[in-house]
Amino acid sequence: MNNNVTVGEVLATAEQLRWQIGPEFHEQLMEDIYSDAARIAGRAVSKPGEKPRFDLDRTIDGLVTSRKWGFPLMIILFAAVFWITIVGANYPSQMLATILLDMLYPFLKELSATIGLPWWLDGILLDGMYLATAWVVSVMLPPMAIFFPLFTLLEDFGYLPRVAFNLDNVFKRSGAHGKQALSMMMGFGCNAAGIISTRVIDSPRERLIAIITNNFALCNGRWPTQILVATIFIGALVPSYLAGLVSALAVVAIAVLGVVLTFFVSASLSRSVLRGEVSTFSLELPPYRPPRFWQTIYTSLIDRTIFVLWRAIVFALPAGAIIWLISNVTVGETTIAEYMVNFLNPLGLLIGLNGIILVAYIVAIPANEIVIPTILMLTVMMAGLAGEGAGAGVIFEANSTAATETILRAGGWTLLTAICLMLFSLVHNPCSTTIYTAYKETGSKKWTALTALMPLALGFLITFVVAQVWRILSGLMT
Amino acid sequence: MSLGNNQQKDLTVACETCPAHNASHLRSLGIDMENSDYVVALAGNPNTGKSTVFNALTGLRQHTGNWPGKTVGRAEGGFSYGDNRYKLVDLPGTYSLLSTSFDEEIARDFILFGRPDVTLIVVDGTRLERNLNLTLQVLEITDRVVICLNLMDEVARHGLEIDERRLARDLGVPVVPTAARQRQGLDQLLQAIDDVATGRIACKPHRIKSESTAIRDAVNQITSMIEGLYPTMPNARWVALRLLDGDQQIANAFRMGDFSSYSLSSEDENRSATDLELKAAG
Repeated sequence: MNNNVTVGEVLATAEQLRWQIGPEFHEQLMEDIYSDAARIAGRAVSKPGEKPRFDLDRTIDGLVTSRKWGFPLMIILFAAVFWITIVGANYPSQMLATILLDMLYPFLKELSATIGLPWWLDGILLDGMYLATAWVVSVMLPPMAIFFPLFTLLEDFGYLPRVAFNLDNVFKRSGAHGKQALSMMMGFGCNAAGIISTRVIDSPRERLIAIITNNFALCNGRWPTQILVATIFIGALVPSYLAGLVSALAVVAIAVLGVVLTFFVSASLSRSVLRGEVSTFSLELPPYRPPRFWQTIYTSLIDRTIFVLWRAIVFALPAGAIIWLISNVTVGETTIAEYMVNFLNPLGLLIGLNGIILVAYIVAIPANEIVIPTILMLTVMMAGLAGEGAGAGVIFEANSTAATETILRAGGWTLLTAICLMLFSLVHNPCSTTIYTAYKETGSKKWTALTALMPLALGFLITFVVAQVWRILSGLMT
Repeated sequence: MSLGNNQQKDLTVACETCPAHNASHLRSLGIDMENSDYVVALAGNPNTGKSTVFNALTGLRQHTGNWPGKTVGRAEGGFSYGDNRYKLVDLPGTYSLLSTSFDEEIARDFILFGRPDVTLIVVDGTRLERNLNLTLQVLEITDRVVICLNLMDEVARHGLEIDERRLARDLGVPVVPTAARQRQGLDQLLQAIDDVATGRIACKPHRIKSESTAIRDAVNQITSMIEGLYPTMPNARWVALRLLDGDQQIANAFRMGDFSSYSLSSEDENRSATDLELKAAG
């Protein structure tokens, strides 16, 4: 009977009826759906016993999302996670270093001498690539293998949405989307992953803010740097029984500073280039679920730890070769590395760092993980530390924090250098993977450039101010 | 008690031919989705365990986590069951298919235009009522649905009981209780998916019945017009609802002829079913 209708007619009739019924159509439809759902659910669900466990969930929620206890509990919980990571990672790290650096490395050197590898090939392969990789593995694997499972357990338990709930209000006041809390949490694992997870935010404006500020979530590649430097320089300020705790608190302070910067930069962006309304959303607080302990450990080890470690190794191999090359290829009497370090030294000193650290950050653009190995190698070479390391351009066996400390102190490091390095490690350009991801997600060179350069500029500013204030204050005290 | 030889033989044969016996014949194919016979879409509210079900069936390790919005975009994987190969598409979790957020669009477009052979809706048993809001909307779009009543372990922990037979009757589609994290109920789930995909089970899905006569009349009018235009369209009523709600995306899709493939065939078995439902509602 309706064989002759056209698409246009259908649409016109629908439009006409829409005007007749009026705006209550949508509400009525929703009401119909809800009442059907309620009726069907009511018939199917029964509750024979008393309600035993709901209350437990509510009690926990009342505590972890309360105005008074929410934030302190959050900080205590994360501090505990870092403390376990720092203390627990120490022994396996040393064990790995002993195996990879003290035992395997001399063996490989001997082997290469026996088969008569040319000196430059031996240098690139063993002193460059092998040592960089071995260092990354021994320093990164243990903390990651502890940190990621702990974090995943919290995630599985259902704590992360509560963090988002706590932070929502602050994000809103920064003119950003509350779900940015979730992408920020992902960023603590990996900024590239964090940027991808901003897809949960619908509004393009708020999504851009989340992408640009994700770098302020201290990513996994930077945790080892923070932990190591805090252990050597901050932990050393207090008696040894407090050292682990104080180091952990210093790392937490840096992470918290990152969160504060996230709010600050989000607010600045939403009041300048990314002005607009805050959109509302509903966030479901899921029920707490007891995590499946072993399965969580397994998947977080496979999914995250091995994944991130593999990425670090892939970048450490060529970086090791490059480090070896720039510190062994000479122009005139001076190596390329020395030229770079000398050139950047004045700028470095101005912001409480030094030329070596800045060169390390250039070499480490592909992966933040190799910052510390590069610094150590360059420091040994520049300071001409006799007896340490096997010669120019060798990332040598800094297999204990004590040995690392000796090198760094010899390189002229002070407490100020350590603090500025921790700050700069938090606030500088994101790694190349993250920049590339930001480009893929935004599709815009302009926003990608802002994502990459804004933190770098901010990092210079912060470290400059800290260094100047520090020097003025210490000048006044002497 | 001992069984005679013959009896024992009979039992073995009976077991091997019973569909439940096949259940253990799940083979996870990971990302191998070549030559799949059927496509299964995985829909549901956020944080109901869609990704867990996805991983359990495909053997992949999509990261799962206890927070909503874990799955962005969509993930795909394969598994085979019995003689059939399946492609499983994990859609982002949504609370509805009505309002327009990016996630809801992805989920809706896939169910509507991707025309999966089975839509598996993962439902959080502890929050049945809220989850049914989405379920009812999906049932308007497609009638080839299996409900995975998940988190039954949590249901028990909360001291609830769910009558899944009653639920299946009311919704008109198979309902399988599962605890996907413990891999409980997956066998029955696979069997139900297979039954619906191959047409061994025909669903008679629940349709939303409006309280308002004006709306019912308007929906009926538009539905029959659309069915006149596209006789084989299984979800004419849902498109009518969307048009009356002023959904511009559906109106555009309609205008651009995205549904025109339904106009070719003269088979209209689906239409009569929809009409019957409407008459019952009226």
